[in-house]
Amino acid sequence: MDAAAPRPKENMGEPLPRVDARLKVTGQAHYPADLPTANIAYGALATSSIAKGKVAKLRLDEARAVPGLLDIVTYGDMDKVDKPKFGNSGATSIGPLHDRTIFHDGQIVALAVAETFEAAEEAARLIRAEYEEEKPTATFDSPGTATIPAAGKSPLFKEDVKAGDFDAAYADAAVKIDQRYSTPTQHHNPIELFSTTAYWEGDQLIVHEPSQNVTGWKVELARQLRIDPAKVRIVSPFIGGAFGSKGPMTPRTAIVAVAAKRLGRPVRCVTSRMQAFGTQTYRAETRHRIRIGAGKDGRITAFAHEGWEVTSRPDAYVVGGTSATGRMYDYGSVLTHVSLVQADRNTPGYMRSPPETPYVYALENAMDEMAVALGMDPVEFRRINEPKAEPIGKKPFSSRSLIQCYDQAAEAFGWADRDPKVGAMRDGDWLVGIGCATAIYPTAVAPCAARVRLTVDGDVRLQCGSHEIGTGVRTVAGQMASERLGVSIEKISVEIGDSSLPPAPVSGGSISTASVCSAVLMACDAIRTKLYAAATAEGGPLAGSHNEEFELAGGKILAKSGASAKVGDVLKAMQVGAIEEYAEFAPKGATPEALKKLYAGTPEFHGGEQDEDSVKYAFGAEFVEVRINRYTREIRVPRIVGAFAAGRIMNTRTARSQLMGGMIWGIGQALHEATEVDRRYARYVNRDLQDYLVPVNADIKDLQVILVPEVDHAVNPAGVKGLGELGNVGTAAAVASAVYHATGRRIRDLPIRIEQLLV
Amino acid sequence: MRPFVYEQPADISAAVATASRFTTNDDQPTRANAQFIAGGTNLADYMKLGVAEPNRLLDLNRLKESGLRQIRVTDDGIRFGALVRMGEAADHRDVTERYPVIADSLRLAASGQIRNMASLAGNILQRTRCEYFRETSWQCNKRVPGSGCAAMEGVNRQHAVLGASDACIATYHGDFAQALIALDAVVHAEGSRGARKMPFAKLHRQPGDTPHIETDLVADEIITAIEVPAIPWARRSLYLKIRDRESYAFALASAAVALDLDGETVREARIALGGVATVPWRASAAEQSLQGKKLDEASAEAAADAAFAQARPRQHNAFKIELGKRTLVRALLETRDMKV
Ligand SMILES: Cc1cc2nc3c(=O)[nH]c(=O)nc-3n(C[C@H](O)[C@H](O)[C@H](O)COP(=O)(O)OP(=O)(O)OC[C@H]3O[C@@H](n4cnc5c(N)ncnc54)[C@H](O)[C@@H]3O)c2cc1C
Ligand code: SF4
Repeated sequence: MDAAAPRPKENMGEPLPRVDARLKVTGQAHYPADLPTANIAYGALATSSIAKGKVAKLRLDEARAVPGLLDIVTYGDMDKVDKPKFGNSGATSIGPLHDRTIFHDGQIVALAVAETFEAAEEAARLIRAEYEEEKPTATFDSPGTATIPAAGKSPLFKEDVKAGDFDAAYADAAVKIDQRYSTPTQHHNPIELFSTTAYWEGDQLIVHEPSQNVTGWKVELARQLRIDPAKVRIVSPFIGGAFGSKGPMTPRTAIVAVAAKRLGRPVRCVTSRMQAFGTQTYRAETRHRIRIGAGKDGRITAFAHEGWEVTSRPDAYVVGGTSATGRMYDYGSVLTHVSLVQADRNTPGYMRSPPETPYVYALENAMDEMAVALGMDPVEFRRINEPKAEPIGKKPFSSRSLIQCYDQAAEAFGWADRDPKVGAMRDGDWLVGIGCATAIYPTAVAPCAARVRLTVDGDVRLQCGSHEIGTGVRTVAGQMASERLGVSIEKISVEIGDSSLPPAPVSGGSISTASVCSAVLMACDAIRTKLYAAATAEGGPLAGSHNEEFELAGGKILAKSGASAKVGDVLKAMQVGAIEEYAEFAPKGATPEALKKLYAGTPEFHGGEQDEDSVKYAFGAEFVEVRINRYTREIRVPRIVGAFAAGRIMNTRTARSQLMGGMIWGIGQALHEATEVDRRYARYVNRDLQDYLVPVNADIKDLQVILVPEVDHAVNPAGVKGLGELGNVGTAAAVASAVYHATGRRIRDLPIRIEQLLV
Repeated sequence: MRPFVYEQPADISAAVATASRFTTNDDQPTRANAQFIAGGTNLADYMKLGVAEPNRLLDLNRLKESGLRQIRVTDDGIRFGALVRMGEAADHRDVTERYPVIADSLRLAASGQIRNMASLAGNILQRTRCEYFRETSWQCNKRVPGSGCAAMEGVNRQHAVLGASDACIATYHGDFAQALIALDAVVHAEGSRGARKMPFAKLHRQPGDTPHIETDLVADEIITAIEVPAIPWARRSLYLKIRDRESYAFALASAAVALDLDGETVREARIALGGVATVPWRASAAEQSLQGKKLDEASAEAAADAAFAQARPRQHNAFKIELGKRTLVRALLETRDMKV
């Protein structure tokens, strides 16, 4: 079996190829901006070139003179619609055309609509803004920032967790560190550009846009446009990379919808790569101070994590990774505090493992420093501090296989052969370093609805308003139905990515597989119940055997006794052509409003740290080897191994893909990725893939993903922990650890670049 | 993007004639109404970004002169037609064997796709990637003369430490040019004033007070060929490129080195530096410092010091001085150790 399709171990599903693989590799998958739409007009955005001030005057004459120009939507034209709201479905509260105030670089000032894409772009370029410019505040340390506590600013971040008496324990600790770390600004840069296509059929609005949250957008867009949500449909069958960037809706969507209404024609607006830096969300820069105190035996007695995060002026976007870092190890005492630092920037937003990526990076880099301070093997140091219960609420972990992950990854990597002395490992002119770090991601689940229909011919249609963001949800949802209904995957069609389907939660927080599969499981089980009842009813093909356990396989109901009945025959006996079930899954502990909120596009998340009975996380361990040239100090990563445990693995192929992609991204976070901010103007500088570096094929050599078997029935009915955001957590710290091992230089500010190692 | 006229002249004289009809001798080629296009990997990009605004494109790809597409080896050296693609030249046996530094400089540039599209003449004429130049809302003396230079006090990690002026610090990013300048290449051009050849070292202009003047060419001049003299000892040559990632990135620092050695003693050294200067950069002082010396780490370091003696750092690019020196030291030692 090839590496891409690992052999399933205990509690793992088959590595079925993606059901949409052929469509994708042959270019037949229709991404939202590819969906055929007749009589289309093209929109292009004009955006601000200042970060703070007012648009005093907008000169449109040159733009209006462009042949083919149809319309310009700008200030005044959005007065009859409501401003966006900041929240799960909305990226920002800034209504760029509601107000001439400029809050950030690259803010929308107009939308030009024309007969061709080229004419629209040219017109947008010729829209001349005259500004009343003010001096903007760019980031940390810029004059004019405001710093506020984060706790309570977001429903997802209610408090700064703490336990015990940190100050006393830290004062008494025999060995301690007190260090500062930072992570840079990052933009998602999915290969598929951001786009909106909108058209009206009477009073019905249809929007084609890559979205991780079609239900939430439907409701939010209807609110802005002051129409009934039933009149809005969001269509997003394939998404070419999202990583959180297509989770919240941005102001562009309503602007394009208004343009389509004014024109009475479909309007498509694809934003440029450069414009996406200001019109979409991003991961803002963070800073950290970590203090760890331990006894000489390596047992941690005191842990403090303070975080600072940049956000926009109007919106308090909170990352707040201390709720995970504060629960990672058996600390004794814990003190945490998160602050928001407001600047003249666009509102940040979710980006793959939003809290864990920066916060666990800081924690794990600090853990490595602490192991050095203790003179202890870093794996051993983590083993010693493995908790029985999480240190904040003293709740048990629903399952925690971190040490198994460390053991298996260490074994595969050959950790035992590492010479722990700094700079001891060399290969000619190359310094070799080896390091490791922990990955963690909270396991959450949300309410979800699904409709499943089984026909007399044995065909299955599965409908669920979830989203194919590249994770393979079509495949795993189909696989769940295939397993439960005993129908081969070829007989199953899966419809997703449309707000007219049964609602699913936002595809974020690694909840999709668990939530969607739980709903599909429910619907399939309801079908099974009906089938069995009919089969065993008087006159049914299995009459009299109702105390038996049944299986569904190969289109048949199989009884333990050996008796069997064709599913088609049961349906015929029922005198129906199909059985269709609509299931609404609500996780354990869901509030009475949980389902209502699902339909309203504001689903509750359960799990992680929030449940009463236990805390729920997936874990992993990553090991990397770096090579650094003795003269020129460029850093390469020839080898990386990650071992992960995440409950039931639905499909080992798609699981491996996710984890591999995460690890590669982690290498990028360690060594490549950063958006440069020009501090004088609070503007982004490297706004394209020439200068915004991500790893290329040549950077990734030997990469191994190990799936560690784990069974956890407490997380959700499907027994699935999300792993979409697990792989890139910790990687950067593992690289930093390896760089230290190779050079003796501890790099605390990401990305790690040549210049930091030259001095 | 603005509408433009697209033409495919049949031969060089037709291309020159059309170009001279729509341009004047005072026009800079990069600012003229009519501009030549070859692979388009640089020009089309800058047209989309609004940096280049020709209203007439003269596509050179249909020119009938076959020499434009040929690599010819003669007793005098090697001659590259202007339209030869980067990928073809990089893989050509005479190039890989006789001039490894040229092959390396091409092979380590851009990506496979771009190397298959991009022409050699287009490559040497590629314009800077300065972020502030690429995005038209910034002040940039090169794009809009006299408007100021946003990079000077801005994010300038990529920028040049050698050959910079108070008006512009943009790096010349090409790799191939470093090999050419090191090997004393000659450029052939044809324009309405006739055919001429010039040393490659004379083609590019340092920014000085006029960063918008990038080359010595006039707007109706077509580069037809690049000639590299026969240098038997150029078999001992290489191009070392240091960058943030393994592939598909411009050099932070690079060195083109060719050595004529007598045992370990340097008879003649050729050195050019990329990623650190505003134009293709011949490091003559470093070459001289090595002449007649035994090549070891110490003499290599002395040469590197000489190469960067005039370097002027800005806020974020100071590391390029140290990196550039180390790159040169490593390149010299690796060239010395080549088995030829
Ligand atoms: C993503 C990316 C990465 C890259 N990385 C590298 C790299 O690592 N190293 C590197 O060296 N380069 C790199 N490049 C640059 C690339 O090599 C150049 O874009 C390419 O060589 C230009 O050749 P072309 O034929 O496409 O030129 P064109 O875009 O067609 O033309 C470029 C310029 O040359 C002029 N011109 C072209 N031919 C002639 C002629 N015969 N006579 C007169 N004028 C002419 C045009 O008018 C234009 O001004 C990269 C480019 C991209 C897009
Ligand atoms: S360095 Fe040169 S190209 Fe860059 S902004 Fe300044 S003047 Fe323009």
